Amino acid sequence: MLHLDKVSKHFGGLPALDQVSFSVPRGQVTALIGPNGAGKSTLINCMTGVLEPTSGSIRFIDQQLVGQAAHTIARLGIARTFQNLKLFPRLSVLDNVLTGLNCEAGASMTLAMLRLPYLRHRERRLKLRALEALDRFGLADKSRVPVEVLAYGDKKRVELARACVAEPLLVLLDEPVAGLNSEETAAVGEQLKRLRTAGQTLLLVEHDMELVMEIADQVVVLDSGRCIARGTPNEVRNNPLVLEAYLGQMEATA
Amino acid sequence: MTRKQKILYFITLHHTGLTVSTLSLVLVLYPLFEDNPYTLGLTNLIAIYVIIVVGLNLFIGYAGQISLGHAAFFGLGAYGSAIATVTFGLPAWPAMAGVAALVALVALVVGVPTLRLSGHYLAMATLGCNIVVHTIMLQWDQVTGGPSGFPGIPSLSIGGFVFDDEVRLHYLLWSFALLALLLALNLVRSGVGRGLAALAGDETAAAALGVDTRRAKIKVFVLSAVFASVAGSLFAHCYGFVSPDSFDIFASTDMAIMVVVGGMGSIWGSVIGAGLLTLLPEWIDVFENYKDLIHGLILVLILMFLPQGLMTGLYEKIRDKVTLKRQKNAAS
Ligand SMILES: Nc1ncnc2c1ncn2[C@@H]1O[C@H](COP(=O)(O)OP(=O)(O)OP(=O)(O)O)[C@@H](O)[C@H]1O
Ligand SMILES: [Mg+2]
Repeated sequence: MLHLDKVSKHFGGLPALDQVSFSVPRGQVTALIGPNGAGKSTLINCMTGVLEPTSGSIRFIDQQLVGQAAHTIARLGIARTFQNLKLFPRLSVLDNVLTGLNCEAGASMTLAMLRLPYLRHRERRLKLRALEALDRFGLADKSRVPVEVLAYGDKKRVELARACVAEPLLVLLDEPVAGLNSEETAAVGEQLKRLRTAGQTLLLVEHDMELVMEIADQVVVLDSGRCIARGTPNEVRNNPLVLEAYLGQMEATA
Repeated sequence: MTRKQKILYFITLHHTGLTVSTLSLVLVLYPLFEDNPYTLGLTNLIAIYVIIVVGLNLFIGYAGQISLGHAAFFGLGAYGSAIATVTFGLPAWPAMAGVAALVALVALVVGVPTLRLSGHYLAMATLGCNIVVHTIMLQWDQVTGGPSGFPGIPSLSIGGFVFDDEVRLHYLLWSFALLALLLALNLVRSGVGRGLAALAGDETAAAALGVDTRRAKIKVFVLSAVFASVAGSLFAHCYGFVSPDSFDIFASTDMAIMVVVGGMGSIWGSVIGAGLLTLLPEWIDVFENYKDLIHGLILVLILMFLPQGLMTGLYEKIRDKVTLKRQKNAAS
């Protein structure tokens, strides 16, 4: 579904990504792992138009994503979360999730100002879908709460709900369980598993190996901007290069 | 549900409609209780400012941008209507629409390059535009009448009904102000409005949700310029006279201060902001002489302690406290 071909990104001469190539197959969970500073977030930013790769190509179905604006890419059906939460703190939980349906809300300012009946109906339908998503992510009782006052774990889930509410073709998750306690991690893990069962294509950046091994169909390992391994969770787990670059380091620090 | 709950539910569901109806009722009845033309003149001025501030609040409070040059659009609307009706003898209503369309075009031409900028740069660019427009009004005597102003602008009329006294103007101006409020309220309650709120919150996140951030900013800028232009036309026909003083950079900063006092992203706050800043000098004499100084101080203090603006800032502080308390109570 998503094909990366020799994607490189340099920041002022320093390579953050170096000729990264892999594919994200439809209906599967692809995990992207690697030590801190490996270039995982940079890669997601390149896929979503936040950054433009220095070279290489990123194709989504039959569209070239390199050079496209971020909002165009979003409208193709690619949603994402951010490593450092990017919620709209002044809006309520419900309104935050509703922004996830922005592509379907209609963009004509003039029509919106007239609040024609068909737009009102559409608003009501969107609201119902957003409430449904909140329910799925266990936030139904907090829909009217301003996001600002939520606990960190709830905020993470709001962002997840916002990314998933429109049922996009592809969801890119940048560390969805980072900073959560074990209980919350388990809950998010459950939700991700449910998404996978529903056939949602996911690209999951995550440091939590237990979660990755449990739900990924394919694992891609980045180290210093290079793709050093690719395969099923089991293959990657036993790959000596990976052990050296990543898992070993984890054990050493643990 | 008990009866009380039902009533509460009805109120929360229809609160916008209810507030608009209440305000309309108050405005319809107001001239029956207040017949002092001076006071009516003041509230009429507030109506004109409400139109501008509502539009400007969409740009500052919702789209999260800054403009210190909206008096330029206000002035272009006023002088546009004056020149169209007096110099060219055009009928007033079509002229008002035509002038608004031209101002929209000007805003587009100004907005496309300047809205690439952000923060301080955008503030300076809009300020610069204001200075250019103000200078033209002062210097181009043959057309604008120069520093002594442009007199003899005819009153507006519908059929044979001429809006020439304070009570009639009250109904005319507040109809426009209410229309502006309604359009803005509709906009912010729509998907487009949420897109704008997202834009003010975080541009990267907004773009990731499919909001064309550049386009949205330009559209709101043009929209706010049109609101200011219509307000300007009304101003010109209402007073019959315009002079460059009303459209200098201090007028622009006052408009921005009205937005800040009312609160970023609060349409109702815009009414309060416009009202307070127009009335303060009337209430307290010292304001007359030190108006700009005190306005500046108000701005600095609010931005230091309540960056969301006065009304919104207070409201959100209280709302957050109440929610937290409720959560705590629910937990224990
Ligand atoms: N905007 C930027 N300008 C310069 N260098 C950057 C920028 N963004 C990222 N980098 C550098 O690129 C490298 C990759 O960073 P990136 O954030 O993609 O890592 P990551 O794999 O997401 O790490 P983490 O697990 O800590 O999130 C780092 O060395 C970082 O310092
Ligand atoms: Mg990262």
